[in-house]
Order: sequence, then structure tokens, then C-alpha cells
Amino acid sequence: MEPSIATSIGQIQLDKPVMLASGILGISLDVFNRLYASGAGAVVTKSLSTAPWEGYPNPTIFSVKGGGWINAVGLSNPGASNFAKMIEPNQDVPIVVSLVGSVPEDFEIMIKEFENCKVKAFELNLSCPHVAKVGLEVGDDPGLVKAIVSTVKSTTNVPVIAKVGLGTSNYLNTVNTAIDSGIDAITAINTVRAMAIDVEIQRPILSNKFGGLSGTPIKPIALRCVYEISSQYDIPIIGCGGISSWEDAIEFFLAGASAVQLGSAIGDNWVGVFDEINKGIIQYMERKGFSTIKEMAGLAKKS
Amino acid sequence: MQRNLNHPTIVTIEKVIDETPTVRTLIFSDDIMPNVLPGQFAMVWIPGVNELPMSVMISKESGKAAFTVRKHGPSSTGLFNIPVGGQIGIRGPYGNSFDVKNGKLLLVGGGTGLVPMMRLLTFVKPSDDVTVLMGAKSKDEVFFEDLANDLLQHNSHRVLVSTDDGSYGEKGFVTDLVEKLVNETHYDAVYVCGPEVMMYKTVQSAHSRNIFVQASLERMMKCGVGICGSCCVGEDLACRDGTVFDGDHLSTNKEFGHLHRNKAGILENYQV
Repeated sequence: MEPSIATSIGQIQLDKPVMLASGILGISLDVFNRLYASGAGAVVTKSLSTAPWEGYPNPTIFSVKGGGWINAVGLSNPGASNFAKMIEPNQDVPIVVSLVGSVPEDFEIMIKEFENCKVKAFELNLSCPHVAKVGLEVGDDPGLVKAIVSTVKSTTNVPVIAKVGLGTSNYLNTVNTAIDSGIDAITAINTVRAMAIDVEIQRPILSNKFGGLSGTPIKPIALRCVYEISSQYDIPIIGCGGISSWEDAIEFFLAGASAVQLGSAIGDNWVGVFDEINKGIIQYMERKGFSTIKEMAGLAKKS
Repeated sequence: MQRNLNHPTIVTIEKVIDETPTVRTLIFSDDIMPNVLPGQFAMVWIPGVNELPMSVMISKESGKAAFTVRKHGPSSTGLFNIPVGGQIGIRGPYGNSFDVKNGKLLLVGGGTGLVPMMRLLTFVKPSDDVTVLMGAKSKDEVFFEDLANDLLQHNSHRVLVSTDDGSYGEKGFVTDLVEKLVNETHYDAVYVCGPEVMMYKTVQSAHSRNIFVQASLERMMKCGVGICGSCCVGEDLACRDGTVFDGDHLSTNKEFGHLHRNKAGILENYQV
């Protein structure tokens, strides 16, 4: 019998375990349909705010020498209300709506905008490293994390995921607070705060100076975080950070993830990367005798 | 270390040509950009200003390439004002390119949309019969006419100019001239780059007569590699799936000719 790559992240059921990460391509329903047809198990939208945001001027994204990408797009997005109208016709694609805000009310307002939409889950962006008053600045504040997660959980019955990253405080405190406040799952990690300076021009390349590092260089860091979270807490985890091959995905499953997200790999390998990884996972499972993703989850912790 | 094509490489502007009062060509030396395909673009970093997607212009000198820019907003004006000796960053090349066909060819360009057309002219065979159509608002804004004639000196060819106000060449919109030409002649291929409405009408004129047609689309771009999503046109990403699309494909795209996204990603109408 062919192994099944369907997976459950708590209450969230997906046919395939490789998701599109937030911030990547997530702007039109036509593109979501295309990604789903290309083998993505779900697509996470760009992080939406209560009002439209234009983001930062370019340069906003480029590759760093030695590998990986650095970005400070500045969370440009059409706003939750416009976006909700855009995805309203969706029936087929498992869409995870990513939200960013500063106070509990922001999230409450936005979630209500999606009442007429088919939403697989909400993902709270508690970890964007390059925009003031949101993202990591929220994730680093346990009181705010508690208030936001509690408010969101009392506003919707749709599963809620917290996306955490490496800020100025111990990210495990954010995980702990989110779990205590009723979160359904954790995505780990976001991009890692970083910068690049051009030696000829002698100034930072990003218009925002600071941005987030993604891609292959952060994979070992993300893997360590997933392993740590799954060792300390009983919470479904989505691994994210530098995943570009089936081996990477398997590593995250073995560390305790139930699913993975990717983004930068699309820049290198384009949308065929989803099916390529799905196929590789199936072949690995056949070779090792696994019939479900769950059988693999966290196996590396036994040794 | 090997050059990372997705990381800005710094080049120095060696020469500036004033094409019109508002259009300049900035020439620089580089290993890669002189040899890109027609339709391909680079992301051009103007330090302290912005980074813009720019079609890569040809240079007569080997080992050199250029950008031809019209000063319009703050970013393009920033590039326009880079003096000889000034430095910019370039990454790419990005995107696909025009399919080079043979026979009777019609190339249609408006404004700096002529840039990929000039590069395309370097790919035609001496046996091709080539018509180049240039659209401009007025005589002041006509450029590349001599260059096109020069590049086509060994071909059976004609270079036609239309100006909206009739101050030079034929009076009227270039798209009316396209309609007239495709009505008279069965071209083997039509290529177009310029304002979206001009491309839309040109694609309609050719595609409705079953003439092979391709257009190079322009959208707001950030990454150039298909990850940020800024340039999506329906299900297509202009930077990665394009910038060149066939008329067959474009005629099924609901946004082409009508809608583009602003900086926040909200769809807006093109002004006709």
C-alpha cells in the first residue's frame, strides 16, 4: 500500500504536508489555485492588517552571497477586508489566513471580516522581524501574546496557529504563553533579523536597512527550534525555515513537526518544488516502511 | 566567489546619451547584461532611491549594456539623474524572452517599451522583412528611429512613427496603425511592448486574425524571481512566467489590459 502523506496539525487536516509560507506569493486567488494544483497542502496568505499597507520601497528582497534571501517587504498587503472579498469565492484551496496587528482588537476586527470565507486556519504573525509595533515586538511581550491569543480564540472556532520567531526574548516563553492561552498549533520559525551592506556603495542594501534572513542558512536554526518545542510541549508544530527538499521536510518531521512550510525554495526552484518534495517524501516512506506522517513525527528524539 | 545573480552587482555608468528631453540611456560595462535575451530585465538599484525593473538596452560597443529610462516619478528620475561615474546595482537577468520567428515581422513599441524591441532587432535574420512601429505623444518624444534603421540596414524593412498630435510621422494612436497593417498583411509574428492598453489592443488586432503575437508585460516588481507576488497578473507572475506572454495565453487572462495591482496589492483599473 502506498504511504499516505495526508497529515493532521491538531484539528487541521491536510491532504499534503508541504504548505506555502506566509509572505510568499499570497496575494491572488488565481495564484492560490495554481499553487494548490502544484501540490501545496495549503497556502498561507500574506500577513493581513486592518488597513492596506504599501510596505517599504525597494530594494526589499535579494539573495545574499553564500545562499539564502534577505527581505524587508514591510508586510505590504491589501488589508483584511479587501482580501476577504477576494477569497470569498474559494471552495477548493485550503487557505490559512495570516494576520498581523498590535492589539487584540485588530485581530478581532479582522477575523470577523472572514465570516463568509472558507478558512482552514488563522495564523497569527507574532514574529515578523522588520516592522515596528507588530510581529516580533508583539511576540516578545508575553502580556500581549496572552491577550491576543485569548481574544482570537474567543472570537472564532476556526483553529488558530501562532507563528513564532527569534526576537529579543526567549521564543519558548512566547510558545508557552500561546499554549497557556489556548493556541491550537505553532509555526516555527519566521525569518531571522539580519542585514547586508554593499561595500562599494557603503550602505545597507535594504531600504529598511534591517530585514529577515530566510532560506537554506536558517534551516538548522529552525530545526533546532522545532526539536526544542516538541521536546517540551505537547502541541502540533509546523516547521518553517529553509526547507527546499524532501530530506529537509523529513528532518522536520523527525524533529516533531506535523507539516512544513516553504517560501524561499520557490525563488530557486519555482512552483514545481511542492510536487518534487511530496514525491520524495512518499519514496522515503516506502523505503523506510512508514505508512503515515504521524509515524515519523518526533522519531529523532528517541535516540 | 562566483557572482550571485540574485544579489546586486555594482556597475559604473560610463556614458549618458540624451535621447529626448525626458529620456536617457545610461551605458555600463558588464559580463552578463550585454548578452541577455530580448524581453529579459534586470532589477536596478539606485542607492538611496529605489530598485526598479528595467529592460536591458543594447549597446553598440561589445561588453557593454545600458538602461533607457524616462524620468517620470521619483525613482525613474533618480536613475535618470545618475551621472557618468555614478554607481548602480544590478541583479538578474530575469524573465523569459520573445520567441524569435522568421519571415514578415511587426514590432510595436511605445516609449521605453522600444528597449526590448531594439534588442529583438539584433536577433532578426537578413532574410526577414521587418516593420517597426513607434508610438509617441509628440515629435519631442520620438527616439530610437535612427537606431532601428541602422540595425535593419541589411533587411527589407521600414520604420514607421506615429504621434498622437501629428507633429511627426503619422497622426494618431499607434494601435490604429497596427490595426491597419495587420489588416493589409499577414505577418508571421507581431511583438509589442509599451503601455498596457497599447499592448492589449495590439494583441487583440493580431490574435483575432490568428497572427502569432507576444507582449512583454510591465508590473510593479520587488523580488524578480516569483516569490513576493507583487507582479501577479491573474494566475501569472510577470517576473517569472513572463515578462513575455503569447496572445493565446493573454486572451484568457482576465486582468491583462484591464487591471494591475498597486503597492498594497489592491487591483486598480488601467486608465484608458
